Amino acid sequence: MDITRFKSKGFFVPGLISLVLLILLATLPLSLGGYTVVLATTILMYAILTVNWVLFSGPSGYMSLASAAFFGVGIYIGALLLPNTGQALPLLVVVVLGGLASSLVAFGVGALTLRLRGIYFAIFTFGLVVLILELLNWWEHTISHIRGRFVMVVDNNTIFYVMLGIFVATMLTFFFFRRSKFGLALQSIGQNEEAAAHSGVNVTMVKVLTFALSAFFAGAAGVIWATRLTYIDPYIAFNPLFSFMPVLMAIFGGMGQIYGPVVGAAIFAYLQEQLQTKFPEAYMLIFGAVLIATVLFMRDGLVGVIQKGWRRLRLIGGQNADT
Amino acid sequence: MRILEGEKVTKHFGGLAAVSQVDFHVDQGEIFGLIGPNGAGKTTLFNLISGAFVPKPGVIKFKGEKISGLKPHKICRMGMARTFQEVKIFGGVPAIQNVALGAMFGTPKGMSPSEATKEAEELLDFVGFSVPKTIPAGGLTLVNQKRVEIARALATKAELIMLDEGMAGLTPTETAESMELVTRIRDRGVTVFMIEHVMKAIMGVCDRIMVLHHGEKIADGTPKEIATSKKVIAVYLGE
Repeated sequence: MDITRFKSKGFFVPGLISLVLLILLATLPLSLGGYTVVLATTILMYAILTVNWVLFSGPSGYMSLASAAFFGVGIYIGALLLPNTGQALPLLVVVVLGGLASSLVAFGVGALTLRLRGIYFAIFTFGLVVLILELLNWWEHTISHIRGRFVMVVDNNTIFYVMLGIFVATMLTFFFFRRSKFGLALQSIGQNEEAAAHSGVNVTMVKVLTFALSAFFAGAAGVIWATRLTYIDPYIAFNPLFSFMPVLMAIFGGMGQIYGPVVGAAIFAYLQEQLQTKFPEAYMLIFGAVLIATVLFMRDGLVGVIQKGWRRLRLIGGQNADT
Repeated sequence: MRILEGEKVTKHFGGLAAVSQVDFHVDQGEIFGLIGPNGAGKTTLFNLISGAFVPKPGVIKFKGEKISGLKPHKICRMGMARTFQEVKIFGGVPAIQNVALGAMFGTPKGMSPSEATKEAEELLDFVGFSVPKTIPAGGLTLVNQKRVEIARALATKAELIMLDEGMAGLTPTETAESMELVTRIRDRGVTVFMIEHVMKAIMGVCDRIMVLHHGEKIADGTPKEIATSKKVIAVYLGE
């Protein structure tokens, strides 16, 4: 597509790197196994949530705090359809259903609330997480009388591969969406919604559909995450942390490049895991310090730092070549 | 033939009538000017026509069809595009993609990205955009931002283009170029409806002019009629 030729300098090198990384990831259970696979699954889960957050909120400028709601809907669908008493449907079918359920929620919520701007939208989307959580709580206490649900046990490698599959689908969607005309439309909405509308963009439709698209993968990831948790209740499924973490990871990684959110999620998730086990008392404190430092000193996140370093390196290389 | 007409178009903000009972029409192929002192309701009228506001009461028809109440993107796809008094561009997006967006989404059928890019390139040349087209629009000078806006509007294959103070803040040379551009746009077969404060410009290019004052239409006619109208002179210079 011509429209993107101003941005990209070719597919080959990034494509090759992605392929090598993908092969390394896919063979991870064979090469390292055990704890590494569990950790990699966590990282992939966060990467999926983060990339999907960036997919919508990055270009549009609408700060969504609904990730936990979409993820939670997936987790609950997983718990309902994959109970430990015996599954009703094949795993992958449930994964897709979880994604669709999340999309549906996003579609409804988006149609109602995407006319809200700025902070109001952020607050509403966060309210959604709390609302669903409390509704489910009430339902489980007074109607179903079920306190917590046990989920079918699935082996770690299967969980890892399903998560990897969802991750790859997320990345491909992200990649092609950004280059499509709808990616441009969403970006235009973020920069000047009124001008976009008067240039023929159906702003409501573009926003709602992208919101629903980003919810799909979060929901799908939720289903497989439920089998990892093995026990869930509304508080576990709709943990507000899953709304905030993607935002923090995206800021940390940087949103300017496609790999930014992934790098951010990977490092953050790894850091979280390490700090939690090694400094359980001080982990939130260190976490906070890292975040403040990011916002203060690396406005464009890690990606910004990498690009700056790369440019400087090339500059030095160029000077050497001259002399 | 009347491409655009309004009957008793009215818009209130709170108790204030920003536009009141305005009847007007624009003929196909003409350059129609809209003038009036600050706060006369000119931009509000543009907003009513382009779908940002809905007149109440009042009816606006475009090519014989009622458009008041339609969403802006629908009206745009029917063949009407506009620019804004305070330039509204997509600052972080390359100039060419600002324009291509109009071609992709604003045309009746929509264009593929490659067709749209080609169209955008031609239109940027047409409006006299002289710097590299890949520069993000936010970094351009005012005159070039205005040109991007006009090119974006033209990219929607508009039959009627509404220019809201396209010459405000420009140097005399740029204003002259801009006047010439307006006539070239009309020569492409696009009807022009323009708000302008630069009197020399509007008197020079318009076929007909309408004058608003406190939301009401006080005159319309040829530039000569307007220039000699006692009512208009009184409004502009004081009685």
